[in-house]
Amino acid sequence: MSANVIIGDILIAIGAFFYFLGGLGILRMPDVYNRLQAGTKATTLGTFSTVIGVGISKPEFLIKALIIVAFVAMTNPVGSSVLARASYLSGVKPCDCTKVDEYKGGGEE
Amino acid sequence: MSVFITSLVLWLLLTKFTYSELLAGVIVSILVALTLRKYHGIKYDWKLLWRFIYYVFAYLPVFVVEMIKANFDVAARVLNPKLPLNPGFVEIKTDLKGEASKLFLANSITLTPGTLSIDAKGERLFIHWIDVKSMENKEKYISQRFEKLLKGVFE
Repeated sequence: MSANVIIGDILIAIGAFFYFLGGLGILRMPDVYNRLQAGTKATTLGTFSTVIGVGISKPEFLIKALIIVAFVAMTNPVGSSVLARASYLSGVKPCDCTKVDEYKGGGEE
Repeated sequence: MSVFITSLVLWLLLTKFTYSELLAGVIVSILVALTLRKYHGIKYDWKLLWRFIYYVFAYLPVFVVEMIKANFDVAARVLNPKLPLNPGFVEIKTDLKGEASKLFLANSITLTPGTLSIDAKGERLFIHWIDVKSMENKEKYISQRFEKLLKGVFE
């Protein structure tokens, strides 16, 4: 087994662990917005490290892996922003632990 | 035309180089370019190349470090039995003017420590923050690190 395969496997294992944390976060968090936080944060590093791990252990996929990472990095935050905004504007209540709400009424002045 | 070249290059990087792949790529790129023609064109010049280099070497390292920190921060919160949350919706001001730079700022905010951008109205950005540290100097925690760098890239 060569070194790049081992490094790739370690990265894939780290990625799988972060996917697990993302799923656990979605189960444990109290409301939609905090769940989206867990869903975006933990799965971005999960995806990046899994895909780059594949790219390192199979060098012919490295360029494709980097392009996939770039696309995920551009689209993932847009998706979660839109989900959060849509659920706020359609009236999903944040949990009682929320401290401040400066976005009340959709940010109109 | 520029959209056509960009999508064809991306297609060729993502597939193996054979003639059938090339033909399919040309057809798909033409369709994409025709669809997007009235919305946006990419202008190729030296400024774009310079921006790209600046983006990769000045902005990406900061961003990757922040992203990894964010991941560990949220992971620690998830694993903590007490689930330490202190969430809130806050509003921050930004100095960035362009649409593209604001998009990149919002994306960076979403991918970094416990902050999720929700909406942008003019120069105001609305953020869901998982741990509201203080109501003063919100920008210091959330966006300042990126704003300076993105100003260098886009403006």
